[in-house]
Amino acid sequence: MATTDIGLWTVPLAMFAGAVRVSTPFLFVSVGECLTEKSGRINLGLEGTLVFGAMAAYAVSFHTHSPWLGTLFAGLAGAAFGALHGAICRLPKVNDVAIGIALMLFGTGLAFFFGKPYIEPVAPHLPSIALGNWSSLPQVRAALQINPLFFIGIALAMLFSWALRCTRWGLIVRMCGDSAAATRSAGYSVDGVRLVVTAIGGFLAGVGGAFLSLSYPGSWSEGLSSGQGMMAVALVIFARWSPLGCLGASLLFGAAGAIGPALQTVGITAGYDIFNAAPYLLTLVFLIASSSSRRNLKGAPSELSISRR
Amino acid sequence: MTPQSTVPSDPHTRDNKRQSGLALQTVGMTKHFGSHVALDDVSIKVNAGSIHALLGENGAGKSTLVKCVMGEYKPTRGQILLDNREVAIDGLRDAHRQGMGMVYQHFTLVPSLTAAENLVMARADVPALIDWQAEKARLRTFLDRMPFKLSLDRPVSTFAAGERQKLEILKQLYLARRLLILDEPTSALTPGEADQVLSLLRELTRTDGLTVMMISHKFREVMAYADDVSVLRRGKLAGAGRVSELSVDAMSRMMVGNAVSRDAAPRRDWRGSEQPIALEVNGVGADDDDGVPAVREVSLYVRAGEVLGIAGVSGNGQAELVEVLSGQRQPTHGQLRVHGRPYSPLRGEMERSKVFCLPEEPLRNATVPHMSVAENIAFRVFDQPGVRSFGGWLSPARIRLHARKLIDSYRVKTSSPDEPIKNLSGGNVQRAILSRELHADVKLLIVANPCFGLDFASAADIRARIIEQRNRGAAVLLISEDLDEIIELADRIAVMSEGRIVYEAAAHVADQQSIGRAMAAEAQVAPA
Repeated sequence: MATTDIGLWTVPLAMFAGAVRVSTPFLFVSVGECLTEKSGRINLGLEGTLVFGAMAAYAVSFHTHSPWLGTLFAGLAGAAFGALHGAICRLPKVNDVAIGIALMLFGTGLAFFFGKPYIEPVAPHLPSIALGNWSSLPQVRAALQINPLFFIGIALAMLFSWALRCTRWGLIVRMCGDSAAATRSAGYSVDGVRLVVTAIGGFLAGVGGAFLSLSYPGSWSEGLSSGQGMMAVALVIFARWSPLGCLGASLLFGAAGAIGPALQTVGITAGYDIFNAAPYLLTLVFLIASSSSRRNLKGAPSELSISRR
Repeated sequence: MTPQSTVPSDPHTRDNKRQSGLALQTVGMTKHFGSHVALDDVSIKVNAGSIHALLGENGAGKSTLVKCVMGEYKPTRGQILLDNREVAIDGLRDAHRQGMGMVYQHFTLVPSLTAAENLVMARADVPALIDWQAEKARLRTFLDRMPFKLSLDRPVSTFAAGERQKLEILKQLYLARRLLILDEPTSALTPGEADQVLSLLRELTRTDGLTVMMISHKFREVMAYADDVSVLRRGKLAGAGRVSELSVDAMSRMMVGNAVSRDAAPRRDWRGSEQPIALEVNGVGADDDDGVPAVREVSLYVRAGEVLGIAGVSGNGQAELVEVLSGQRQPTHGQLRVHGRPYSPLRGEMERSKVFCLPEEPLRNATVPHMSVAENIAFRVFDQPGVRSFGGWLSPARIRLHARKLIDSYRVKTSSPDEPIKNLSGGNVQRAILSRELHADVKLLIVANPCFGLDFASAADIRARIIEQRNRGAAVLLISEDLDEIIELADRIAVMSEGRIVYEAAAHVADQQSIGRAMAAEAQVAPA
């Protein structure tokens, strides 16, 4: 069968497909971290949660032959990590940045340890929704094979954005992040709220990890994550702590991550490493541009340990 | 008498019910903190539907008494009676349920939330899903009854201090509390705003029968607005009575034991010779931490041997101006000149021009809290010949010796020079910093809120030392939120409002009215 050549259109199409694919884990992790930071905690352990979620999802999917069950289990494992972070940070004089880094190492290590038997076997993948069947071009059809988790992620970003404005729970979370003293005097348990929200953030990060190992053509290996969990913290700052902003930021970072492979499809391999470094460069540029010794981070919840004077 | 409900009643049905305020009585209230007796057998009686003032100097026990009533502290002994029934207050939530509310000196509003969100979230019965249209309609009806308007949709972080204070009071009224306790409610307000707030409270006591207990140290407000007064001194009740039957003299005698006259301190007259200008600030501007201009175009000068007092409600750029002068903040434009030469606040230049600085809240701004008293006192001189060791090394022995001399002459109460300075009381921290800044030859002194939170004796001591420096020929720039302090100490008075100097006059021609109006930025008064 002759392959249809669509010339330079391959690049934008590949970038679109890549952007959607690469941005999905960013979306889940950043929305989760956004919520956690809105409540006044910074959770740097999401990288470990992500990797563990990827391993757990793959393993459960392999044993139960159901990728959705694997995803659910990854979320629950992520919630457990988040709850652990929240429980330790409740203790006095504990620094949430240090605990986050410790949990990141713990999660990654645990994942590699338990994941050794799952590197070879093949587990069932999450089905994609074929949105491109209206086209006769195989490239378009391939590009429009979108994983349903992408749409779930968008829905969650919109849900949380609404909830933070219009539900009692959302406003309590915002209060905790801005003024722990005021929240306590209104009678809410600040540590309790933060624990629950960190667990929710962990759940989302676990699901993000599940995407990495269970979406086509997924597999479990130790090099699966490319630092999405760490970059999520920069994404949240970029998005100015708004869940809808996280959606936009994830798409942007996803597109940056898709430049390298997209250019490869038209044969441009020169400078491959630089293009692959694009999302990390964007993260660095972003964090440097938004930090300053003299001014506060605009929009940052005041209770975050990085924004308190 | 209406039965008390556990949920505060809806504000706009209050007109029908006419709930009267609570009557509060404390009997033998005692509170010990370890060996320190903060309250000793205090019994006060607050009548329903009245404004009751609680007077006393700093450290007299007013805040402790009020915190015991509100359930924040558990009293060592004593009872609380509400409406003549004994109640046990088990924490803040319990106090709220009983209908008591408190407006603190520090704000309990959440800065990033809007006023509407703050008010709704303060309720005990917030619905899980908030219908903003309905809530805002109800808030607007409530606000219509109040004499001042507040924007509901701006985040509270954009509010000025005066507006935040009003919102705090509105919050308590929105929650339909029947006893309101206010801790220095007018400290962040201009005299005009203070009158607005206090007249509203008085009106509410007359029409709705609300009970108000007000902690204050401002005699003018107590005489004008309070019905009864209780005076505390060193943890004991020193006197009580109806305001109409007591004079300011009688009240201040109860407060400090003997009549205190706050007359202007004796000052040397530089008759004839005009002293040289020591400090010149030309068109200085600076931004605050959020990038918003806090100081706009400030130009002023201070001569040697005079005190220029800058009055103004906090939050109008005074803190940022002091930070520019002490080198803690970069100005965005403008120039500083000291003794006629361009000046930048670097250590060497400060040493050469003999510029010294006493910022407000010294523990936060002028000390390293965990370092010892001796080390903190040595900050200006540790590298000077006489205190330093050879070859650029420090000499801890000489530092301690230097500090011991100053600790004795300035009467800093500390167990040893090696005690971390954060363990000292506010007055002693201030004395330690004074000893550091004032013992050498001073040509220019910049002082901000020197007596904030200090007891009468320490405050009088510090004011005396400031005048002493002035009489010795130093130029003093005094920035203070306490208008009485400025009037007592200053030779010239200026007012800072919204980052600009809006009033300037010699002390003997300045009148309280114009100063008050300038503080409220109501009138641009030409310098006298």
